[in-house]
Amino acid sequence: MDLDFTPEQQAFRAEVRAFLEASLPEPTRRRVLGGLEITRGDIEGWQKILHAKGWGAPSWPREFGGTGWDPVRQFIFEEESAAAGAPIQLPFGLKMVGPVLQRFGSPEQQARFLPPIIAATEWWCQGYSEPGSGSDLASLKCKAERKGDYYLVNGQKTWITLAQHADWIFCLVRTDPASKPQAGISFLLIDMRSPGVTVRPLYLLDGTHEVNEVWFEDVQVPVANRIGAENSGWTYAKFLLGHERTNIAGVGASKRELRRLKAIAARELKHGRPLADDPAFAARIAQVEIDLLALEITNLRVLESETQRRAPGPEASLLKIKGTEIQQQLAELMMAAVGPYALPFDRAAIHAEPAEPVGPSYAAPLAARYCNLRKTSIYGGSNEIQKNIISQMILGL
Amino acid sequence: MHFTPTPEQQQLAESVQKFLAQNYSFEARKKIVASQEGFSKEVWGKIAELGLLSLQVPEAHGGLAPAPVETLLTLTAFGRALLVEPYLSSAVVATTAIRELGTAAQQETLLPALSSGELVAVLAHFEPRARYDLEQVACRAERHGTGWRLDGAKAVVLHAPAAGLLLVSARTAGGPREQAGISLFAVPAATAGLTLRSYRTLDGQCAADLKLDAVQLPAEALVGLEGGAFAAISSALDQGVAGLCAEAVGVLQATLDATVDYTKTRKQFAVPIARFQALQHRMADMLMHVEQSRSMAIYAALRAGSADLAERHKALSAAKVIIGQACRYVGQQAVQLHGGMGVADELWVSHAFKRLAALELSLGDTEHHLERFVALSRAAS
Repeated sequence: MDLDFTPEQQAFRAEVRAFLEASLPEPTRRRVLGGLEITRGDIEGWQKILHAKGWGAPSWPREFGGTGWDPVRQFIFEEESAAAGAPIQLPFGLKMVGPVLQRFGSPEQQARFLPPIIAATEWWCQGYSEPGSGSDLASLKCKAERKGDYYLVNGQKTWITLAQHADWIFCLVRTDPASKPQAGISFLLIDMRSPGVTVRPLYLLDGTHEVNEVWFEDVQVPVANRIGAENSGWTYAKFLLGHERTNIAGVGASKRELRRLKAIAARELKHGRPLADDPAFAARIAQVEIDLLALEITNLRVLESETQRRAPGPEASLLKIKGTEIQQQLAELMMAAVGPYALPFDRAAIHAEPAEPVGPSYAAPLAARYCNLRKTSIYGGSNEIQKNIISQMILGL
Repeated sequence: MHFTPTPEQQQLAESVQKFLAQNYSFEARKKIVASQEGFSKEVWGKIAELGLLSLQVPEAHGGLAPAPVETLLTLTAFGRALLVEPYLSSAVVATTAIRELGTAAQQETLLPALSSGELVAVLAHFEPRARYDLEQVACRAERHGTGWRLDGAKAVVLHAPAAGLLLVSARTAGGPREQAGISLFAVPAATAGLTLRSYRTLDGQCAADLKLDAVQLPAEALVGLEGGAFAAISSALDQGVAGLCAEAVGVLQATLDATVDYTKTRKQFAVPIARFQALQHRMADMLMHVEQSRSMAIYAALRAGSADLAERHKALSAAKVIIGQACRYVGQQAVQLHGGMGVADELWVSHAFKRLAALELSLGDTEHHLERFVALSRAAS
């Protein structure tokens, strides 16, 4: 056992760092480091820069235009990117539908859909949850009836992140209502511009518009847009959820947020002295820092087992639970750090630092972020569902 | 010792609940929050009609004080409705300050106006960079001609935009962290040199930061004795903490109720999710937080008027610690158990969550009160 990265991995880290320093647009970097909401332009712009460098798809194999990096290099890249203030790369194409296409898609589907994901010329969103099907995803009702060479899709999906920008949605739909819930599901790729598709915004508690309802009314979807076999969609969905969870630990981003928390605590005062020097508050910061350190090592252990060509397993659930708890604690501590100045709420402060903030400029978006991040223990398979997975898949209960 | 309200107190609580059921639905509240003023003058008038603004006004001035149980029951009901009107700020905190500190003449003019609802007054005490420290007053008042001149700033003054009168603390003597030398001034909202930077808080209430730039006041603007306002300010804020605890209990109970209802109706895996033992235990924990909070809200209400200062402060800090922790746990778990709906703006529970977060951060957070409890315990031993 060795905790140190190899000289090659260290050289790689230096290369990534130098690239980020030279290439990351300053306005984007400032928004990310300031904890502000990133824009469509930030995400698209950065993806195009990465694409030009050949790093557009860090987790994809070379044959599909990816970097071919092993999981440890991917981790280093994500950590450096987060530290530098790079925006996240949208997961819906790169980490969700992309791997499904590579594993289960036809060569035609791969050729059609994979390149625009790397080039950021097409946006994807994920059509899984329905009003009646959240944790119990397999009970989904959105219906696709086979009519010759197309499906007729009717139903509703909900909590669809960034559907307002999406060109395509990958959907789980029911193609066989008669069989067992898991057995009658298919995986369809649907053009968001198809007649009969309606997107309605859902506003979150902090006023942000991140998620949407997507309605399908007699939407015609070519059979050629189905991934794999009819009624085998659940297999692909489970494969995808495994991938979604590996990336959810967010160690790099949490390290960055920890630095921001410390910076805020150093500037805030308690009894006229820096809050960072207050033993009680310092202990709370230390606790989350230690939790994060343990998560990082666990994450690296999971990466190693992935590198040995084992697919991400149920231990990914552990990363999701601890990762989101840490993200939420960091947000909670940042809000607590500014005390009374967490209360003034300026909706616009989520997008841009206010020219004349009420309190310290860094305080403005903190309460909204605390509220917003409650979603992390709910989305991507709620933390309760992750515990079910751990109980069943690891403990055999 | 008993914990049952008298029939009269029960009747009052019921009339408050009935009034809220008729006038303060979630939809009605949304409209009030979205309005220019951020509170409803109509609702305020009805609160006055119910006699609720006189609970902290002494009998000599036509009020009912001391009425700790009535105040507790009223604020618990207001909490349940997520009321945004300036009740705690004006009818509890500011009214207590005037009652405890005001000259006979000031009480004579201000208290009837406060209890009729004609006047909304707000205590503006905390300052930028002072966090929750009560003694830290940098705002200065100097004699100017026959009157006073005030300069300084006040931070996150809840309901200040709704107030006709601001009770501004300022230092007339002493160093920046001394209790002695703090005075209180009655500053009409329209006074030249006073500017409000108004905004809404996380939970949709109106608030403002204040700037005082060469504010000229007449001699009679000084409330009570020069340099001797600290005790009354601390007393008013203690009443504020007790009231806030009562309000929190209402929010907490309603949040638990909403969560229990939701989990009974939301079906996944072909059963209501309330059937899952993991969630039942979570709601059992929420209930324990709510009941411990209710106990401490009663304790705080009955100790808030205690003459033994150390006992009073300790009691209120203990209450705020229990209730702050409950606000965090119950709020977070309510959202979690509602799943995606818990973070949706359209659902009541997300608004309750924000209110609970704001309550924990108001008038001293959990850490502040834990620290104060330790300091008072040490001083006593």
